[in-house]
Amino acid sequence: MNSNPLLTVEELTVSFDSYAGEVKAVDSISFQVYPGEAIGIVGESGCGKSVTAHSIMQLIPTPPGRYAKGKILFGKDDLLQKSEAEMAKIRGNDISIIFQDAMTSLNPVLTIGMQIGESLQLHQHMNKQDAYARAVEMLRLVGIPSPEERIKEYPHQFSGGMRQRVMIAMALSCNPKLLIADEPTTALDVTIQAQILDLMKELQGKLNTAIILISHDLGAIASLCSRVIVMYAGKIAEAGTAIDIFHQPQHPYTWGLLQSLPRIDMMQKQKLSIIPGQPPDLLSPPTGCPFHPRCPHAMSICQEHYPETTVLTKEHMVHCWLQHPDAPKPKREETD
Amino acid sequence: MLRYMLIRIFNSLLVLLAIITITFFLMHAIPGGPFTSEKNIPAAVLKNIEERYRLHDPLWKQYIDYLGNLIRFDLGPSFKYAGRTVNDLIRESFPVSLQLGMVSIALSILLGIPAGAIAALRQNKWQDYATMFFATLGVSVPSFVLATLLIYIFAIKLSLLPAAMWGGITYMILPALTLAGQPTAFIARLTRSSMLEVLAQDYIKTARAKGLSSALILYRHALKNALIPVITYIGPTAAGILTGSFIIENIFAIPGLGRHFVTSIYNRDYTVILGVTIFYSVLIIGLNLIVDLIYPLLNPRIKLNGKQGE
Repeated sequence: MNSNPLLTVEELTVSFDSYAGEVKAVDSISFQVYPGEAIGIVGESGCGKSVTAHSIMQLIPTPPGRYAKGKILFGKDDLLQKSEAEMAKIRGNDISIIFQDAMTSLNPVLTIGMQIGESLQLHQHMNKQDAYARAVEMLRLVGIPSPEERIKEYPHQFSGGMRQRVMIAMALSCNPKLLIADEPTTALDVTIQAQILDLMKELQGKLNTAIILISHDLGAIASLCSRVIVMYAGKIAEAGTAIDIFHQPQHPYTWGLLQSLPRIDMMQKQKLSIIPGQPPDLLSPPTGCPFHPRCPHAMSICQEHYPETTVLTKEHMVHCWLQHPDAPKPKREETD
Repeated sequence: MLRYMLIRIFNSLLVLLAIITITFFLMHAIPGGPFTSEKNIPAAVLKNIEERYRLHDPLWKQYIDYLGNLIRFDLGPSFKYAGRTVNDLIRESFPVSLQLGMVSIALSILLGIPAGAIAALRQNKWQDYATMFFATLGVSVPSFVLATLLIYIFAIKLSLLPAAMWGGITYMILPALTLAGQPTAFIARLTRSSMLEVLAQDYIKTARAKGLSSALILYRHALKNALIPVITYIGPTAAGILTGSFIIENIFAIPGLGRHFVTSIYNRDYTVILGVTIFYSVLIIGLNLIVDLIYPLLNPRIKLNGKQGE
């Protein structure tokens, strides 16, 4: 990971202007993605992870959305400075995205071949036959049996998992440098989830595509990603390698997330632990650390000031007052 | 497909028979008859006429006879226009209504769909408000008001176009515009709302994420999906427009089929009433069938296999 980052997000702030006022869905977050690596962004619903993903592609409708501050550097170019036409050349070609709901993300009235082929015709300037041939090849790559026939079929003739495979084939057809997967497995059932994650992992190795995996499923993140960003209320709570986050988590929110995972050695009657309360209303976010109303270790300073960045190792950083030298050192409750 | 067509045609014949039966008996239930008039016709003459047209036969016999003639596509003689058959009447007047109707339908599709699409793309911008203002106006202003307005402006004030009668292309413009007004407005509104629904779908976001231009997204990904409700509307509306409008044909003095609908009832011209009704029904049934055949071209999920509930 000594090469230059593929994607650098710097102090990105994305706001939505609603009738009730400005909502900062993403609040000055920074992170990097290196070529060929997979990073995970995890958090509860409404923590800004999808907005971050869509911002990179600039798929946020403006208005009501607004890229208030920051930069999104792809290589050396700031994507936020690009015109719509310049962005269109990047979308689907250099950066691709797959969405959560494969059932509705494919156009019901166009054939699969047409939908995979059209970005090839557009970006790679292929003719129709070449695009079709490449689409067949992509379908075979994502594990769809007899792709020559299925390419003429329509989305309703595919199951949910198959459609997500088609989405992946579509997203990877132009060999993008970066693939954003916005909750790719959420709408699928568990066995299919595992298949799709395995497929993504396999293709990441084969094609050397960097992946940003957005999920609220820590299991999915753990199986694919080498680095993890934990988001809360539009901010980064903690970021580090997968090992840091899963074995040495420092933020009480990360503790809560890990504890609320079901475990195979749990007693049958044992209740799943939860993080009490609700994610904050971003129209009037709490002062100080946004997690303090739900944090079991909250101190008075947490209500007043947002925590400084504590850099633990080169990769591992956390925003929490517990890292302050004067703070008490609470033990993380471990179930094992 | 063939099976589907056969079933549809069989069903259509049943519907047609029902329409004929109901119309036949309702029509005879209206007081008066084709030869009741203010002039006193000598009883003997009346009897002769009724004998000539077999009007004193029992109703069921008239009904059976009528059906028998109908199978040979003979709609019978008109009672009011001496010496002319209903077939003649339709043959003379339908082409006029057909020409006018085709122009109007073409106008309303060519204007309505783009207008609705533009309004949807520019939702809540001036283009949207302007289109919807005129569309609401178009839906709510009755055709006779629009007709008079158009005649006043283009025929009387500007003297650009003829005010009435049926001659060349110039005679067609004002009635065609009048006739197209309401469907254009309706198609524009329908296209707009269905387009807005489609544009909010996930697959449009996918198309954008693929880097397609707005024009391509609209043309390739949105329009086909958005047109289904519009096609549904166009089918029966087309039948109505093609057979002519009584009001508009009256205002512009056009010798079309529309006026026969109303005058034949005043005249108790039994055969004309039935003939025009049958003709209109066949047209509606036919156009609905065509619409149903178009659906699978627009939406691959719709399959025509003649089985129910699939």
